[in-house]
Amino acid sequence: MYVAVKGGERAIDAAHDWLAEQRRGDTTVPELDVAQIREQMTLAVNRVMAEGSLYDPDLAALAIKQARGDLIEAIFLIRAYRTTLPRFGTSRPLDTGAMDCMRRISATFKDAPGGQVLGPTFDYTHRLLDFKLAADGEDGASASAAVEPPETAPARVPHITGFLGRDGLIEQEPASDEAPPDLTRTPLELPTTRALRLQALARGDEGFLLGLAYSTQRGYARNHAFVGELRIGTVPVEMEIPELGFTVELGEITLTECETVNQFTGSKTEPAQFTRGYGLSFGQTERKAIAVALVDRALRWRELGEDDQGAPAQDEEFVLSHADNIQATGFLEHIKLPHYVDFQSELELVRKLRRQATQATETEAAQ
Amino acid sequence: MSEARKTWMSLLAKAPPKALGQLWDDTGLAPDFTWLRAPEIGSTMVQGRMGGTGAPFNLGEMTVTRCALRLTDGGTVGHAYVQGRDKTHARIAALIDALMQTALADRLQAEVLDPLATAMDERRRTRAAKAAATKVDFFTMVRGED
Repeated sequence: MYVAVKGGERAIDAAHDWLAEQRRGDTTVPELDVAQIREQMTLAVNRVMAEGSLYDPDLAALAIKQARGDLIEAIFLIRAYRTTLPRFGTSRPLDTGAMDCMRRISATFKDAPGGQVLGPTFDYTHRLLDFKLAADGEDGASASAAVEPPETAPARVPHITGFLGRDGLIEQEPASDEAPPDLTRTPLELPTTRALRLQALARGDEGFLLGLAYSTQRGYARNHAFVGELRIGTVPVEMEIPELGFTVELGEITLTECETVNQFTGSKTEPAQFTRGYGLSFGQTERKAIAVALVDRALRWRELGEDDQGAPAQDEEFVLSHADNIQATGFLEHIKLPHYVDFQSELELVRKLRRQATQATETEAAQ
Repeated sequence: MSEARKTWMSLLAKAPPKALGQLWDDTGLAPDFTWLRAPEIGSTMVQGRMGGTGAPFNLGEMTVTRCALRLTDGGTVGHAYVQGRDKTHARIAALIDALMQTALADRLQAEVLDPLATAMDERRRTRAAKAAATKVDFFTMVRGED
């Protein structure tokens, strides 16, 4: 148990001053500004927005600067800031079918209608350090700027699962407009619903979800996932304005969406069908979105009539209680704070046990 | 009316604040107004749908700035809800929303809204072209069994 302590104010101030100095580093090296982090550390910014559960690239970049690049600390800052914001409302559910895609690939169909668009990806790079980036000056980043824009606006890119669905080869997502539960307003209660799980997974730690998703691939609740489609791009966010009585678009956000096509369900009465996993995440965050889709699918075992194999990824209490890195780090790191009183009582207990043992041995020897 | 207003409010919200500010300054308009709701920063909960088409779920929040004002001359009311935390963006969007309901509508359409729409379209098409340049055709190779 943690017990409140007093004192140490001067030491704490000095520690924070030194922290600020360390954050700045060598003053002969130019200071990073928030815009540089926002524009050049975009994938870190995206992770902080996704797990901070607040879409605001400027704030995420500021948090990264303040946290000296510790992304969990940055996510903590964003979560704390979020709690100070009044909520104006809830958006209309996003139409990811209308996404302006910069990347869109399918691992299931070579000739996917709408095409395989690689976009700005690390895939197919050689993972060799590029020492040109360490040299001063331009790195040739503007080389692709000379692309001629087409005459017409890009067309709507259809979802791959839509094609499978048309032939009844994959389970249908039941249409609904039921208001979903909100983890930020009501604490997690078990058993949960898929809507609540998807919210929790969207805010969940990428590393934790990556490990769990990988465990399903290695056989712990195996459900053999294909990436039916992975798309990254921008989608407008629309909200009803109560004082006007109609909806307007508030802005545009970048999202990553992953739809997996998994092995079948079916019975004597229902023909075999592929099942689905789904991952949606703020920003360009594709490792995260794929991991969410795999874990989402594993957690659906009950509704799909599968066996509980006792795998960690199937246990929603285990997954959802441990996926949040702010909760986890809060509890983990609190054990470094003063526990003096607690420890004193344990020390007392150990001494007493040792005393008793010594006395017992002495008595035995005397007999 | 509400359909047209929805279109211009959406365009103003999605416009890059710097470009909007420049176009607004170039009009030379500076109408007097009173705040009905001074610019306020808050959030909107963004929802997705399971599988892209199914039941809604809460994905996460985004920052939004809103304000409302009344023009001194004529009393027209303007509203703004814009992504981010830029209060100047919200103020200019609300002013243009109000003025679009007045005789200045045609002028603002030509001097602010049309250029914004053109620039937005250009950005979309440029991005589409960059994406198209990365479009691949995969060939499956025949495995050399015999």
